[in-house]
Amino acid sequence: MSRTNLSRRGFTGSLLAATALSACAVQPEAPAKARVVVIGGGFGGTTAAKFLRLEDPGIAVTLVEPKSAFSTCPGSNYVIGGLSKMSDITHGYAALTGVHGVRHVREMAVAVDPVAKTVRTSGGQTLAYDRLVMSPGIDLRWGAIAGYDEAASARMPHAWQAGPQTELLRRQLEAMPDGGVVALAIPGMPYRCPPGPYERISMIANYLKTAKPRSKILALDAKDAFSKQPLFQDGWAALYPGLIEWVPLGKDGKVVEVVSGEMTLVSDFGQRHKVAVANVIPPQFAGKIARDAGLADQAGWCPVDPFTFESRQAKNIHVIGDASIAGAMPKSGFAASSQAKFVARAIAAAINGRPAEAPVFANTCYSLVGPDYGISVADIYRSTPQGIVAVQGAGGVSPRTPADAAAFRHLEAMYTHGWYASATKEIWG
Amino acid sequence: MTQLPRLASAALLVLAACAGQASAQALAPTSGRTLAATCTGCHGPGGHSPGEIPSIYGKTETQIVQALTEFRSDRRPATMMNRHAKGFTEAEIAAIAKEVATWR
Ligand SMILES: Cc1cc2nc3c(=O)[nH]c(=O)nc-3n(C[C@H](O)[C@H](O)[C@H](O)COP(=O)(O)OP(=O)(O)OC[C@H]3O[C@@H](n4cnc5c(N)ncnc54)[C@H](O)[C@@H]3O)c2cc1C
Repeated sequence: MSRTNLSRRGFTGSLLAATALSACAVQPEAPAKARVVVIGGGFGGTTAAKFLRLEDPGIAVTLVEPKSAFSTCPGSNYVIGGLSKMSDITHGYAALTGVHGVRHVREMAVAVDPVAKTVRTSGGQTLAYDRLVMSPGIDLRWGAIAGYDEAASARMPHAWQAGPQTELLRRQLEAMPDGGVVALAIPGMPYRCPPGPYERISMIANYLKTAKPRSKILALDAKDAFSKQPLFQDGWAALYPGLIEWVPLGKDGKVVEVVSGEMTLVSDFGQRHKVAVANVIPPQFAGKIARDAGLADQAGWCPVDPFTFESRQAKNIHVIGDASIAGAMPKSGFAASSQAKFVARAIAAAINGRPAEAPVFANTCYSLVGPDYGISVADIYRSTPQGIVAVQGAGGVSPRTPADAAAFRHLEAMYTHGWYASATKEIWG
Repeated sequence: MTQLPRLASAALLVLAACAGQASAQALAPTSGRTLAATCTGCHGPGGHSPGEIPSIYGKTETQIVQALTEFRSDRRPATMMNRHAKGFTEAEIAAIAKEVATWR
């Protein structure tokens, strides 16, 4: 049944309804109720698995995720800047399995059969589902920047999936002599966490300012404007004067090639930047399993129904988080979790024969510009047949000139940590 | 929705529930529970914040309606909540308050 069948135009009367009702009858019945498989134990997937169980403990939920503990990208910039440790941003699945009764299969999902409704795992298991939730996050597009492949990332870390790459970048910054240039290559939209590169610049600057004050940051950007730009740039001018050079696309900021053996970044117009540390954030696309299952479009992201996050390409598969095309919603952990809570509720409603609700989603992304200097962006979202849109007149970024700026930035720095504590408790707690 | 023949409207709801694919027409209004799910990402599960953001459990419905209404019209100072509160209608604020007031 395609979405068009259900559109206002397509729904014409009881004949179609009768057909659809008979389709309903093939859904499994109580007491087994339903089996939901979730692929990916990050922000979207873990939230979905937990909330499916909270919504209806009668639903059997299996999480397929190879890791035994998940290190979050949120907070990883503070590890890179030396404010936090990896253990501060790493969470296990004990509550998910022990308290919430989710079965955790510590393997990769290697194939999906949307017709047979099964998932095959790297350990050779075949998991049958009534509904599949996919939240595999991003993959890096090796080769999209010439010379930037997995081997090159061992010298020029991306650190865009938290873990060993995060620690590598931190070690390189520590080992760098004072006076070195730290370069970042920043991609064009869309990519995971629009403000992430600029928070990272801030946290590296905060480290260099005291530890290696003669050093500089060269931020080479493939776009001309970025998330919370005036707020970041005000903060940089106040906290790190002269330390950061940001080069936009229009000033030849786009990196098209790297020579990792020579620690050199090459711009579109052939400028060669030889640097001490290079953090290369390459273009991205949806995690491989979603692309392999035929759920992605030509650009590599997954189109979904804005009311249900059900894939446009396959029935009974919901794609959430970074891998999905979610209209105005950014690729953030908050957004992935918000989508997951709604989708869990919608799936439980469908399984229990309750009507679907009009969706509401939220996003709130805090960034640290300095340890005591926080800024934010937030929005509320609604679904329309054309896609997900932000509610006009709501949301937006922190004020640029609040009455008591120091107090405002201080509070938002505290809330940056507060959000992290609450979100990770809600998801992994 | 009310103009639709009874059978058709009931069938539409079943369709939406069955397929998980919904047209705007077939949707039930967003419940308080779904709306309040947008609160817990920052205020913690059940409104119990483990960190620096204020907890919101143990409040009365009236307190929550008043707070959100004042945030919405910028009568109560905030860093974030005025931006969020403007995203909801009065009826939705009432529904959120009813749900959050059950958090103990
Ligand atoms: C530096 C940085 C800072 C950030 N800061 C913030 C922030 O402050 N706030 C915020 O909201 N967001 C932030 N983000 C964004 C956030 O990390 C992502 O948007 C979020 O992780 C997306 O969730 P997801 O579920 O789509 O993917 P992920 O959280 O990445 O989870 C995907 C999971 O799927 C698993 N997986 C993939 N393929 C398979 C497979 N085939 N089988 C089984 N498992 C599989 C992976 O192992 C992974 O655990 C930041 C990102 C970065 C890079």
